[in-house]
This record gives sequence, C-alpha cells and structure tokens, in this order.
Amino acid sequence: MLSRVADSLFWMSRYLERAEHTARVMNVQLNLMLERGVETDDRHWARVLRSLGVEKPEEEAAFAFAQSLLHSTRAPSSIVSCVNSARENARQVREQITSEMWEQLNRLFLEVKRADDAGDVRDFLQAIKEGAHLFQGITDSTMTHGEGWQFIQAGRGLERAVAVAMLVGVHFTEFHTAHPDSEPIEWIGLLQSCTAFEAYCKAYTADLRPDRVAEFLVLNPVFPHSIRFSVDALAASLKQLGADVSSRRLARVERIAGRMQATLAFGQIDEIMTAGLHAYLDTVRRQCTQLHSALYQTYIAYPVAAALGA
Amino acid sequence: MATIATRETLPAVFGQYVLDAAHDEMFDSSGVVRPHYEQLYAMLLDLPAEELKRRQQLSDKSFLHQGITFTVYGREESTERIFPNDLLPRILTGEEWTRIERGLTQRITAVNLFLKDLYHEGRILNDGVVPRELVYSCKHFRRQMRGLHVRRDAYVTVAGTDLIRMPSGEFVVLEDNLRVPSGVSYMLVSRQVMKRIFPELFRKSCVQPIEHYSQALLATLRSLAPQGCPEPTIALLTPGVYNSAYFEHAFLAREMGIELVEGRDLLAHDNFVYMRTTAGLRRVDVIYRRIDDDFVDPLAFRSDSSLGVAGLFNAYRAGNVSLANALGTGVADDKAVYAYVPKIIRYYLGEDPILSNVETYQMSDPTERRHVLAQIERFVVKAVGESGGYGMLIGPQSTAEERDEFRRRVEADPRNYIAQPTILLSRAPCLAGGSIQPRHVDLRPYILCGEKITVVPGGLTRVALRQGSLVVNSSQGGGSKDTWVLH
Repeated sequence: MLSRVADSLFWMSRYLERAEHTARVMNVQLNLMLERGVETDDRHWARVLRSLGVEKPEEEAAFAFAQSLLHSTRAPSSIVSCVNSARENARQVREQITSEMWEQLNRLFLEVKRADDAGDVRDFLQAIKEGAHLFQGITDSTMTHGEGWQFIQAGRGLERAVAVAMLVGVHFTEFHTAHPDSEPIEWIGLLQSCTAFEAYCKAYTADLRPDRVAEFLVLNPVFPHSIRFSVDALAASLKQLGADVSSRRLARVERIAGRMQATLAFGQIDEIMTAGLHAYLDTVRRQCTQLHSALYQTYIAYPVAAALGA
Repeated sequence: MATIATRETLPAVFGQYVLDAAHDEMFDSSGVVRPHYEQLYAMLLDLPAEELKRRQQLSDKSFLHQGITFTVYGREESTERIFPNDLLPRILTGEEWTRIERGLTQRITAVNLFLKDLYHEGRILNDGVVPRELVYSCKHFRRQMRGLHVRRDAYVTVAGTDLIRMPSGEFVVLEDNLRVPSGVSYMLVSRQVMKRIFPELFRKSCVQPIEHYSQALLATLRSLAPQGCPEPTIALLTPGVYNSAYFEHAFLAREMGIELVEGRDLLAHDNFVYMRTTAGLRRVDVIYRRIDDDFVDPLAFRSDSSLGVAGLFNAYRAGNVSLANALGTGVADDKAVYAYVPKIIRYYLGEDPILSNVETYQMSDPTERRHVLAQIERFVVKAVGESGGYGMLIGPQSTAEERDEFRRRVEADPRNYIAQPTILLSRAPCLAGGSIQPRHVDLRPYILCGEKITVVPGGLTRVALRQGSLVVNSSQGGGSKDTWVLH
C-alpha cells in the first residue's frame, strides 16, 4: 500500500474519532451546565477546554470559545473542522475505501455543514455521535480487514487513548482532593464523557470512588473506551501491520507498543495513585506521541536512505 | 426493409428533426434511414416517449451513482459536474470503421517516426519538408529529449485523435491529441450503461466490443518496460483529486490493477524511480503519466511544479523508467505542425494519407493571415498549443468584440495561431427535452501504440448539446454518446 494512502486512512480515522469525542464531551458539559450555578461557568469551561487539549486565546471568554468548537470552520479543533478533515482525507483515497464508507462520511459531512448555531445543539451532537458509530460499523462490515483497515483501527486506538488520558488527567487534577460525594455530577460527567457510566455501575455499582473510576477508565481490559483497551487494539493492529515489514525497521514500534501494553496490563491502581495519576497519564500520552512518530518513521515518512539500505 | 420517411411524414417523435446541409448520421439527404440505423429507428418508433424518458433517467442515475464527474476550472462552488450522456448510440458501419482504423494506424506510425527523427537526426528538417523554425518555435518542443532513446520508439503511446465528418460524409482529422488525451473512461462507462439500458437492441445490432481497452492499455504499457524487466511495476501518475480527469485516472488504475500515484509518492534515487509504500520503497518501471510535460520533473522542466518528481527525467534518460507518453510529443500535435501531417505521412511512409486534414491557414504566413483576418467571421481561429476548447474563436458564432480581440491576439503573436474554415460537423439524433433532435457530433477514437498498434473499435462520440452549437468539449457544455461499430 502507498504510504500516502496509509497516512490518509490513519488521519481520516483520527479526525472522526476526535469529532465524536468532542461531541460527547460537549454534550455532557452542556447537560451539566443546567445543574450548575452560572458564576462557576468560566472556570469550568476553561477546564473543559483543557481536557480537550484545546488552547484558548487569552482574550476570549471560555464559554464562547467552547461554543465555537461546535460549528466554527475557523477553529481547527471544532467538530465541523474535524469532520471536514476526515472527509478530505477520505476523498484523497476515495478509491481505496468502500463506496458505502464514502457515502456515509459524505452524508455526515453534508449534515454537519448544514447545521448552524440556530439549530438544536443536542440534535447536532447526537447526529455526530450516531454518524461516527455508523461509519465505524460500515467500515467493519464492508471493508477488507487488510492493511488499510488496520491503519484505520490504529488511528482510532491512538486518538482515543490520548483523548481519554487527557480528559482523566485534567479531571483528577481538579477533583482528586474532594470526595466524590461532594461533586457527584462531575464524576458522573467524566464517566459519561467516555460512555462509561453504565459500564462502571455494572462493574462497581453506582458507588463512585475516585480510585475505581480511574481504574475503570485507565486499566480496564474489556471496556472499549479505557486507555488499556485502546492501546491493546492499537498494538494488535500494529502487530498485523508488522507482518510485512523487516524486523529491524519494526523494532522501535514494537518496543514502544509493548512497553505501553505492559505498563497498563500490570499496573496497580493504588500504586499509580500514590505515585501520582497525573504523571502516569502524562507518560501514557508521551508514549502515544512516540508511538505515532515511530509508526510514521516505519511506514509513512521513513528516511529514504534507510529504506534504500534495507 | 428501409423505412421511407420524409420530413413531412416523419413520426411524431421525430417531429422536430430537421435535416440541413450537415451530414446526418441517421438519415440520408432525402430523409431515408441509413441501413445501419434501421434497428435503432424501429425501436424508437416502438418506444413510448415516457419510456424513453425513463431510460434516460435510468442512465443519468447510473452515471451519478458511479460519481462520473469532471471538474470545470475557474469556479469556486460546485465545480464537480456529472458528464452528460446522451441515450441514443452513434452507429458506424464496419467498412467505415476499417477505413478509420487504417487511417489512424498510418497516422500514428508516421507521427512516431517524425518524433524520433526530430529528436535525433532531423532529416525531415534538413530536407525542408517541415520548416525548422516552426518546430523550434513550438512551445512543446523539448530540447531535453534530443538524442534520448525512447523504448520501442513509441513516443506516442496513447493518442486520442479527433475526427469529424464533413457534409460529404468523409471523415477527416480535426486534431491529434498526442500529449495526455482523456475521455476514454467515459467511452467505457457509457458502454456499460448502454448495455443495461438497451440490451435487446445491443444484442440484435452485433456491436464490436471495446471492453478489452484496459487490458490492451496494460499490455501496451508492459511492452514499454525497460529491457531486462520481465515483470514491470506500472503506475499511473495523476496530478491528484483536484484534476479535472481524476475520475478517469482512478478508474483506469483500478481497471488495470495498477497503483494510482501522485508525484509525492514517487522519488528518484541513483537514476531509479521508487514509490513509497508501507512495506518500503518499491521500484517503478513504467509510468503512465497523466501530467503535462512541464510538470513532470521540476529539475528538468518547470521548477515551480510540485506535481512531479525531482530526478525523474534523469532516470528516464538513463532508460531505467519508461514514460507513456514520452516527453515532447506535443510538438506533433501543435496545430501549426498538424497542417504538415499529410506531408509527414508521405515523407516517411511513401503513402497517401488515408484520412485527410482540415484545410489549415498558418497565421505566421503574411498572405494567409491577411486572407483570414479580412473575413475572420468565416473561420475558426485556434491557439496552436491549447486543448479542451480553450483559446478558440468560432467566427460565425462570435461577437464583434471577440473578433476584434482575436484579431489583436493574432497580430501580436501570429505563430501561436492557425485558422480553419468553419466546418459543419455531422449530426446525430439525440434525446432533447422529450423529443429527438439532431445535434453536432465528433468522434475521438483511442489509439494505443507499444509493441503493436491497437485501436479499439469505437471511441468517444462527443455531442454539442446546445442546439446549433459546434463545440463539443466537455468543459464547454458538451456531452457524450456511446459509439457502436457494427460487425
């Protein structure tokens, strides 16, 4: 497969995951806003922006800026921009994905483009989430589960691991001292932002405890939005992709992925919390960045000299 | 049995079908249906108008769903358009086709000899058959090609020659497209659609197949592989998704099962060309390039090109990669050089041309220029290096301002223009707003030249969809028709 094609598929997937994640977080936060006093709003929205990894311009009010994350075509991290970028990437490799995938992504794009500030926000966010889920389902059931599909899986896994790590990190910095009983809705909000509330309750009952929430979102092996699950999925795709590549070139990708998997598989939540969850999640994010660049070095933007020597 | 019909007695569906001085593909001058159109004619009489409309919608939908679009330059919004396809096939007899095929084979053979000669000894220039200054002043002449050996001497690998039919019924060559001719995907897709829409008629008519075009193209490209390369890697080089013919590039790459690459996917190293794949660099042996000469290699040609591959030309010169078409073929389809093709055929082959040219006036010749400018409204004036219907004046349909503008342009740069008498293209029946009406058409067959020469029977019939219009280019409101060559 051409490196350019792999690149486009990978980013198509990352952008769409980002759009879905942003939509979910925004939806949860808009709900929480109804329950909260107005005076905390600006501090609160500044935190939401941090948890999405978005830099807010100094002069802008946090809430106004957060709203631009919905429809603004000028904000590069807005939902509209993400869907647009996903589609642009898909368009570049139109003949490499199935017609069903293209049509669904195109439909989502048109829907998002039509929506504006006047429309119902909840409907808009719901449409994004559903559209992204539908795209995933269509991808899994119409596309050959070959190299291209693996790049799509890898992109989603990586994006999700980074996004959840960021979200959880920011949340715990803010609330780790307080007992969950004092701010229950914030903890429910965190879980809902990862579609994890129902799943958490099944695992631990509705008794919300910070260490359990952290354990669930970071270390759970079978919940699809946990960091461990995402990293495992990513590693599995990388392993499949590695089948065709010489082991020397692959070494770095394998090492980083293996190290991440081991840290998550054998981590103990009490030790992690004692040593500092924030630092732990920082490491996870740093390793994700390293993995991304290793992936690019191996498959996409490899130095020509190295490839010729091989 | 020939159906006798005069204008007065034509059935309702042909009510607006008026014969004029142009050659009509379906009726002879007395209004009698030509024998090879009888099947179609009979079917049209049987089909209710609504049914015809329904089938046209079916056909349109089919094109829409396959995303068969082209891009119109110069507009921001909705630049992707569906290519309009007319439902009624354009039909040629086997004899007509045999003559065309022989003529095209002769022409491409001579043109390839001409190109080889130009870029090597230049005998034809020394003998004064083609003026030296005409060739050297052509902007598509590539001095970098001097002395470079082209595999199998196949300079032009793919040609899409435009033929038109004179009022006398004779086919003549209007233009040779020898650089990167496009449109063949429309020919293939419209055949697929036609077979679904008129299966009965198709079966009864005994139409010669064209479906093997992609195989023939692949075989042609394979035959150009550098020596000692039995299993060549072939790639189609596209400028990218924003190019007007991107659909066709993707279509052909898929049909041939070769990689569709952009310039940034390729790199040249030590005079070899590689593509970047996820499994490492892979050598490329033959490139079917759909990029103009100018953009192929920023080191050899336009340095501001970001579409090409730096170092490609050196690899080409070293014989490690073949390009189809070769670089520098544009000198032979320069519209001023075109006028010399009959002489070129006689010079190299010692034969009379089977297909004639359209009479052409060189604006660089003072006498001919005066003659044309005095009555410019009777002529078609064309820029010599343009294609796609850009840079052209159609005298009889022009405004006074346009004519003045062209007079100025011709005077300013005479070498860049030629003029031809306005020719009434032949007309074929088309479905227009529920009734059948005649529209002007041309014919672009595709010629492949590698180890051997292949011309698939048929081609792209382009239609000027506006009533009375003589311009068939897709960028100027033209459409297409399936072309049937009968056994």
